[in-house]
This record gives sequence, structure tokens and C-alpha cells, in this order.
Amino acid sequence: MFELLGIPPQALFGQLLLGLINGSFYAILSLGLAVIFGLLNIINFTHGAQYMMGAFVAWMCLNYLGVNYWAALVLAPVIVGFTGVIIERLFLSRIAHLDHLYGLLLTFGLALIIQGLFRNSYGSSGLPYQIPDALRGGYNLGFMFLPTYRAWVVVASLIVCLATWFMIEKTKLGAYLRAATENATLTQAFGINVPLLVTLTYGFGVALAAFAGVLAAPIYSVNPNMGADLIIVVFAVVVIGGMGSIMGAIVTGFSLGLVEGLTKVFYPEASATVIFIIMVLVLLVKPAGLFGRAA
Amino acid sequence: MADVLPADGSVTHAAADSGTASLHRNVMIGIAIALVIAPFVAYPVFVMKVLCFALFALAFNLLLGYGGLLSFGHAAYFGMASYVCAYAAKHWGFNPEFAILAGTGVAALLGLVFGSLAIRRQGIYFAMITLALAQMVFFFSLQTPRFTGGEDGIQAVPRGKLFGMINLADDRTLYWVVALIFMGGLLAFYRIIHSPFGQVCKAIRDNEPRAISLGYRANQYKLAVFVLSAMLAGLAGSTKAIVFQLASLTDVHWSMSGEVVLMTLVGGLGTIFGPIVGALVIVSMQNFLATLGAWVTVIQGVIFVLCVLLFREGILGVIAKWIKKPL
Repeated sequence: MFELLGIPPQALFGQLLLGLINGSFYAILSLGLAVIFGLLNIINFTHGAQYMMGAFVAWMCLNYLGVNYWAALVLAPVIVGFTGVIIERLFLSRIAHLDHLYGLLLTFGLALIIQGLFRNSYGSSGLPYQIPDALRGGYNLGFMFLPTYRAWVVVASLIVCLATWFMIEKTKLGAYLRAATENATLTQAFGINVPLLVTLTYGFGVALAAFAGVLAAPIYSVNPNMGADLIIVVFAVVVIGGMGSIMGAIVTGFSLGLVEGLTKVFYPEASATVIFIIMVLVLLVKPAGLFGRAA
Repeated sequence: MADVLPADGSVTHAAADSGTASLHRNVMIGIAIALVIAPFVAYPVFVMKVLCFALFALAFNLLLGYGGLLSFGHAAYFGMASYVCAYAAKHWGFNPEFAILAGTGVAALLGLVFGSLAIRRQGIYFAMITLALAQMVFFFSLQTPRFTGGEDGIQAVPRGKLFGMINLADDRTLYWVVALIFMGGLLAFYRIIHSPFGQVCKAIRDNEPRAISLGYRANQYKLAVFVLSAMLAGLAGSTKAIVFQLASLTDVHWSMSGEVVLMTLVGGLGTIFGPIVGALVIVSMQNFLATLGAWVTVIQGVIFVLCVLLFREGILGVIAKWIKKPL
């Protein structure tokens, strides 16, 4: 077996794969944040809690209703996205005219409520979620062992990210969305139902988070706190990438996951902080973010 | 928001409204009297806890209310100061006054570093950056158990003897010291926001391009108010470490940053005395509801949502509207 800088290849590629998986979650979550921010001008602090809800809904589907993973992969985002629609109609639409900071505070409060409620009902220890039968096992690639489920997570995330990009950049609906992001009043004057578009966009962003949650359920245990720390890392990812570009969010998410994985191999002590350190460097060199437009 | 600022930065608005100034003086005297009476009617440790958090909330409000900058990472300065103070008192045998100074100084330095990074972005990004930087401090604290004691924190911090003479082991004695620190912090805060410097900060908050066009270096002012705020938060954190003889991961966790935002929001964003009222309300609530466990988080979340939707002025904001004078 060959060795790279004294690191056995199994460890290196294993961590890179794990980094890629974390990167997929960063990409999907920061994508959702960027889409929501573009139209609603709100940083959705509830995003982490909604990611957690996705995992929980999948777990509930399996344990209470006997609905399997594949159905949950569609059902959970729809259900959680629907709760997002309710949140937007009930709360966010009322503060749309206020300073953006109130949106942050409101969604922070909602995150506390949701996480607290789940903690009360299910404790903090985490619930196991089995990998579906079709995705058990793995392939021996010679230089590493590739678990099927982990490969599936990366592929599924990539597909969802690219589909979102395609929808926003290349379809008519996406054109409406981009127009409303640019100038909501003028778009409405052209006869497009902007309030409906806003509601659906929030629901869609939330559904993305829930989708990531379902993907994460078999890898990490289903835990009420699983989104709380993740969302802060995703904020750093968003600061690094800037929220101006959809493709930027995807590329930044995946590459930061890889960097984190590499750090775990070469300097594990820094793996929890490396993304924040990169954020500091980006702020020093290019304050608007790698893909951001200058304010 | 209607404050008119002359170009030379001198202050007219405090003088023009002498009724407000005398009202504030009376409120200050009222607070001082309440501080004298409090230990005889309430449990001193509880009052000290309220005072520490009130000072912390004042620090946060200095930045938000007068700098227009919402920091979601103030736990970093509070918690780091608390660690440094506890470590200095326990392992280096510092007197409490020097331990508190050390904690406050480190918080100011941290504020200088983080502030100069965070003010490169505005609004929503500023909040996210401060939160991310504070999370970095949290992970640092988690991973350096030799300094922070890891999950256990630094326990059994000696309260020591103030100036080598006054033994602070007694709660009553310590109370007067904490009350003096709090009063000093409040007066410093009041002085800062009514100084020419504070007026320029308000001008930058309300209309940054205009302030710049008048020749003010907006970023230097923002950084200065950031450092002052971090310093006050550090003073609060250090004092807390001496009072509870404990510095722990809770103090640097993001939920602590959220709590201070909540206190300020409940009391009234941008009011002078609001954060004190907010701290009193939230700390009392936590004490009464301590048996409910995780429900406290849910209730805090509900208060957040209700405040933002229905009660944005906060308690003192509403009272100020009634009496038509800023509080």
C-alpha cells in the first residue's frame, strides 16, 4: 500500500469522504439560506432546527407509520416545508417591512421553541435510524472502502443542488424568483403574485433543509440538537461564499467540507475551527465573500 | 432618531432637554437606593446575578442601541473574561481586583481583534460573523481543558481579599463590591452615550454615509464602541466568575449570546435603563422556572417571538412612550 505523507490512504480517503458528506450538508443548507435571504431578506436562524425536523419526521414516519426511507425522503421535506409555509404566513410576513435584524431574532426564537419541544419529547441522547437495505454494504475500491450509503448521500446532494441551480437559473419560475429578488415591487406590477412567491420560496428553502436532515439521519443519530451547532458553521460558510450566487453557495459548501476533512487528517485539533479560521482570512482579504457582490 | 448633530460633534440635545437629564438623574438615584435596600429584602446572590447580567446586557445594548450593530457573539467576551478572571484568581493567586482587571482587559483585546474583523461587513453579516467568531472561542475553550477545565469548568475560584484587606467570602460584603462595580459600569455607560463620542456613534448608526461625508472615520468609531462594549461585557463576566466562583462552558456558549439579546429586547432596545429591567425579568424567570428544565428554552423562544411580533419597544420603550421622554 502506498502512503501519502505518512498518512494511510484509508484514513485519508475516509476522512475526505466524510468531509464531502459534511460539505453536501453545508451546500444544501447554505443554498436554502441564500434562496430565502435573496427574496425575504431574512437570515433564517430556524434552518438548523428545520434540518433536525427533517431527520425527526423521517424517524417518526418509520417508527409510527412504518413508512420507509425512500418515501420519507419525499414526505419529510414536503411536511417540514409545509410547516415553513405556515411560519412564513403567520410570523415572517408580519415583520417583512421591518429591519432585517428582527427576522433574525424571530427565527432564533422559533429555533429555540422547536429545539426545546423536541428535547422535551425525545431527550437529547439521540435515536438510531437504520440505513435502508438497498444502500447497505459498500465497495472495495482498492485504496479505500466506500460505504454505499455515504456515496449515495454525496450523489443525492449533488443532484438536488444542481436541480435547484437549474430551476432558479434556467426556468421561467426561477426567472420570476430572480426578478422578485431584484425588485419585488416592479415584479408585482407585471402581474406576478409576489407574496405567494415569497411564501413558496420560504417553504422550498425549508424543504431543502429537511431533505438534508433525512439524508443525515442514518449517518448521525437523530438528535434534537443536531442542527444547533451545524447552523453556526453554515453561517460561516455563507459569510465565506457570499449569498449572491447559487453556484457559489454549492461550490463553497462542498469545498469547505473537503477542507474540514483534510484538517481532520493532518491536524485534528483544528478541525472544529478551521472553517471559522477560513472565514477570518476571507474577511481580511475579500470582505464581500468569495462569490459575493460588493455591498 | 431625531437627534440633530452639529458638525463639530458638540452635544446640544442633552442640554436642550434638561427635563430628560433630571429624569435620568432621578432614575439613577432610584437605582442606587434600590441597590442599598435589595440585599435586605432579597437573597444577595440572586441580586448579584441580576447585576452581573444587567451589566452584560448594558454592554450589549451599547453596541446595538448606540452603534447599531447586532452582535450575536457577546458570550465570547463575557465567557473568556470569566475564564481569565477565574484562572488568574485560582492558579496565579491574583487579588480579586486584579483578576477582574485581567479578565476585563483580555475581553477588550478580544473585542479589538474580533471587532476589527466583524465591522468589515454590515447588518445581517455582522451578526453571523460575530456568532461564528464566538463559536470559535467556544471550541477553543472546549479543546483547552488545561486552561478552561473542559466540561468541568474552573471550579472553586477563591473570592480572595479585595486590596488584600477586605475578605469577600461573605455574600453581604461581596454584594457591596458588586453593587459598586455595577453602578460604576452604569455611570460609565451613561457617560459614554452622552459624550461627543457617543453622539457621533449615534449619527453613524442613523446615517453612516452622511457621517462619513461630515469627516468622521466611521469604522474607527464603530471599532471603538465595539471594544468598549466587549470590555463592559468582560467586566460583567469577570465579576460573575468571582460571585459564583465558577467559570464554565455555559458562559461562552451561543445560548448565552442569545440570552443577552433577549434581555435587551425585553427591556427595550436602545433604551438606557431597559437592559437592567430585562436582566431582572429574565433572571427572575429562570429562577422561578428552574424546575421546568428544557421548558425554559421553549418559554424563552416564545418570549423572543412575542417581543418581535407585538412588543418591539420593550418594557421601558413602552413606558418611555407614555411619559414622552427617553429612558
